Amino acid sequence: MSQLSLTDRDREEMLAAIGVSSIEELFRDIPEGVRFRGDLEIEPALSEQELVKHLEELAQKNVHTGAELSFLGAGIYDHYVPAVVDAVLQRGEFLTAYTPYQPEMSQGILQAIFEYQTAICELTGMEVSNASGYDGTTVAADACYVAKHVTGRSKVVLTEALNPQARQVVKTYAPGFGLEVVEVPHRNGATDPDELGEAARDAACVIFQQPNFFGVLEPAPDLVAAANEAGALPVAHVDPLSLGVLEAPGAYGTALAIGEGQPAGNHQAYGGPHYGFIAARAEYVRRMPGRIVGETTDVDGKRAYVLTLQTREQHIRREKATSNITTNQTLLALAGLVYLSWLGPQGLREVGETCMGLAAYAKERLGLPLLFPEQTTFKEFAVRVGRPAEDVIREARAEGVHPGYALKRDYAGMEDALLVSVTEKRTPADIDRLAEVLAG
Amino acid sequence: MKLIYEKSSPGRRASTLPSYEVPDVEVPPELAREDPPRLPEISEPELVRHFTELSTRTFGIDTGFYPLGSCTMKHNPRVNERVVNLPGFRDLHPLQEAEGAQGALDLMWRLQNELAEVAGLPAVSLQPAAGSQGELTGLMLMRAYFADRGEQRHKVVVADTAHGTNPASVTMAGFELQKVETDERGNIDVADLREMVDDRTAGLMLTNPSTLGLFDEHIDEIAEIFHEAGALLYYDGANLNAVCGISRPGDMGFDIVHFNLHKTFSQPHGGGGPGGGPIAVREHLEPFLPVPAIVRAGDDFRLDYDRPKSIGKVRGFYGPFGVFVRSYAYIRSYGPGLREMSEVAVLNANFLLARLKDAYDLPFDRLCMHEFVLSARTLKKEHGITALDVAKRLMDYGFHPPTIYFPLIVPEALMIEPTETETKETLDAFADAMLEIARDAAENPDVIKEAPHERPVRRVDEVKAAKRAVVKYGFENHPDLSAEPSEARELEAQKGA
Repeated sequence: MSQLSLTDRDREEMLAAIGVSSIEELFRDIPEGVRFRGDLEIEPALSEQELVKHLEELAQKNVHTGAELSFLGAGIYDHYVPAVVDAVLQRGEFLTAYTPYQPEMSQGILQAIFEYQTAICELTGMEVSNASGYDGTTVAADACYVAKHVTGRSKVVLTEALNPQARQVVKTYAPGFGLEVVEVPHRNGATDPDELGEAARDAACVIFQQPNFFGVLEPAPDLVAAANEAGALPVAHVDPLSLGVLEAPGAYGTALAIGEGQPAGNHQAYGGPHYGFIAARAEYVRRMPGRIVGETTDVDGKRAYVLTLQTREQHIRREKATSNITTNQTLLALAGLVYLSWLGPQGLREVGETCMGLAAYAKERLGLPLLFPEQTTFKEFAVRVGRPAEDVIREARAEGVHPGYALKRDYAGMEDALLVSVTEKRTPADIDRLAEVLAG
Repeated sequence: MKLIYEKSSPGRRASTLPSYEVPDVEVPPELAREDPPRLPEISEPELVRHFTELSTRTFGIDTGFYPLGSCTMKHNPRVNERVVNLPGFRDLHPLQEAEGAQGALDLMWRLQNELAEVAGLPAVSLQPAAGSQGELTGLMLMRAYFADRGEQRHKVVVADTAHGTNPASVTMAGFELQKVETDERGNIDVADLREMVDDRTAGLMLTNPSTLGLFDEHIDEIAEIFHEAGALLYYDGANLNAVCGISRPGDMGFDIVHFNLHKTFSQPHGGGGPGGGPIAVREHLEPFLPVPAIVRAGDDFRLDYDRPKSIGKVRGFYGPFGVFVRSYAYIRSYGPGLREMSEVAVLNANFLLARLKDAYDLPFDRLCMHEFVLSARTLKKEHGITALDVAKRLMDYGFHPPTIYFPLIVPEALMIEPTETETKETLDAFADAMLEIARDAAENPDVIKEAPHERPVRRVDEVKAAKRAVVKYGFENHPDLSAEPSEARELEAQKGA
């Protein structure tokens, strides 16, 4: 076994030092009735070379976004990930360190997390970010737990135009949290502030998405005002790559800003691992879930970083903790930091503008009726294809084009609706090709 | 070392982006960004240097020995990084149609089968994102299961040696916590347990071997107590590295098991994640597992969302797929010989224990499993040297410290998990260092109290960090904390596990 380092002689010497005659004897405390005496039925061991070949064969059975012209989005996006991201992540020290419990051993990763927290706060206009959550769905549940404790209320409001998977995860967590979940329907693809405000009475929080699941720009400042009016914490679920062109949620008064970090620096990876981000106004810092890095000094007065405010956390507070999270997504969040540093503020703006421009070109070029014609959209938009969207997807895929996501998978009555997503990796010529295929 | 924001210069950038002849689109003014985010403005050479320097100020398994108890810091085979980056895995969109994701589904199916075999339980969901989410998912299953049976059970029993995640998960799942104590041999106090289990008990959460590194000698009896009361047993897989192929949780009587793929099955820990927390369950709990399930028909795989009793989704899509690729590759590199992994992990731990047990207090004098817990109680009493001091001094020898101040029932705890991938030479060098520290505690305590001496920073002021709560860079308003008095105020609280 190439991962083991002991020789036969080592083993003999070690058993002698322990004072036992065999490895078997080391397990004498395990009652015989629960010993496993068979052989594990696991497929045979492979050498490294065979392993690579086997996994290459499996990988080749997948149609990835380099093998098909893809307009799939709906929460996970094919944005460009620069080489520098992968290079930094393969630094063995980052790759193989764990949670920085001992600051003297971990100043590098602690500083990186501090820089990540700063980047998330800058993007969202908030004052505190944690070191990462699992993904863009679980941070929605985290936000509900924060809001429940801040407000003492037992209802949460989700907009129907919030990512369906985030809504499903909140609904799974809600019974344990003692929360009732109410959903507010969209009106022509966007949320009505008055309707939201009505539902938000007695609610702990309101979660909406900007741009929403249909790619539509919500009247976010009005939604936030309606939630605040009702005494519910407004929570904005945002696309990090929209925040060069769209206003920071902090600027229009949200209590928390959350989101899926994948568009900013993570590969699609069939849905994970990615990072979720959660950021809040300073007043909620002691209700935040998960790791937070703070600045301090060492005994000589030298600047240093350390995990802080740990009296929130499970290993200190146990059943009274603000969350049970421990292992998080630091490596993926580090990818996010490297990516955002690569982009810089100007690059972030350009990516947003390019995606919006390409999406506008695509709308025009496809010439299909829009599902929500009166709305402004960001990098994705829904069209009506005039027949079941799945049929259109199947036929287009046969021609090497994945045209998008069938909205009927999540929304009743949207049989012929196709959600088309455009990132900066799709060129106008790619869009021409999509138009050609959809035109049949 | 400067923050990346302090290296920023307006107009500098690393990125180059394509530009296309497409329409300019105006964002409605009330939704448009007013002040741009102050992201770093830095060139690519400086970007690479910055993160390279940060990496050199970070200690990983690749740097040296990392016996952080209960975290299973084993070597991460590099082939796993090669295969996870194959474009067919890395660039696969999660909403790709099933016929375009057959390789991914096949891999997940195989991993499920392997985990089921290791657990000794038939059904697996890979979805939970980490061990603590696996715990929460398991508790949600308990809740759904009893609701389905119309039973009112609200109590969950947790051992006093448990990881903090157990009680935290109990609360988040809406259950009431009951704590059971540890007896003088380091097992659960069965008499105590009998008193508390009744028809209001939903279940037990237990790590076995425990965080003391001890296998519970009465596990069969414990399982019987819960099953007779109609309750369920939950296995916290944090310490599964001790028993793969040696004793299976399902055979011990557990009904729900979570795996920590990042521990037992070698994920790179990434400075705190990602993890993976799949769960395995007995037949009668399968209908409640998260959606979607992976279904196989002949050679075809698909995702099944039609599970009316399912608790729902606990995470986006199907779980952390890249983690699955690495763990699958890891398990296949062992094959049925996985048992040897656990055997060597236990051998290494017992060897270290044998070398150290006379120099430190040993709260429970038994053979250990994959880890063991010592105490610096006598060093503290006689020489004022705490577990924290021992940890800091180990850094001067080039070792990452063990987990300290955990489990909570052992004062001045040092929780040591060497893992199976270390050489005898490394274990000996670590033991020599620990013995020297114990001797220096009497003869030269100041060198320990002042440690570490060679790291980028010396001991830090944790109290100042918590009090000032500076959790992001403040640009022109950033405070100068070095202008305020500094002390080595470190919290003698759990670090690790």
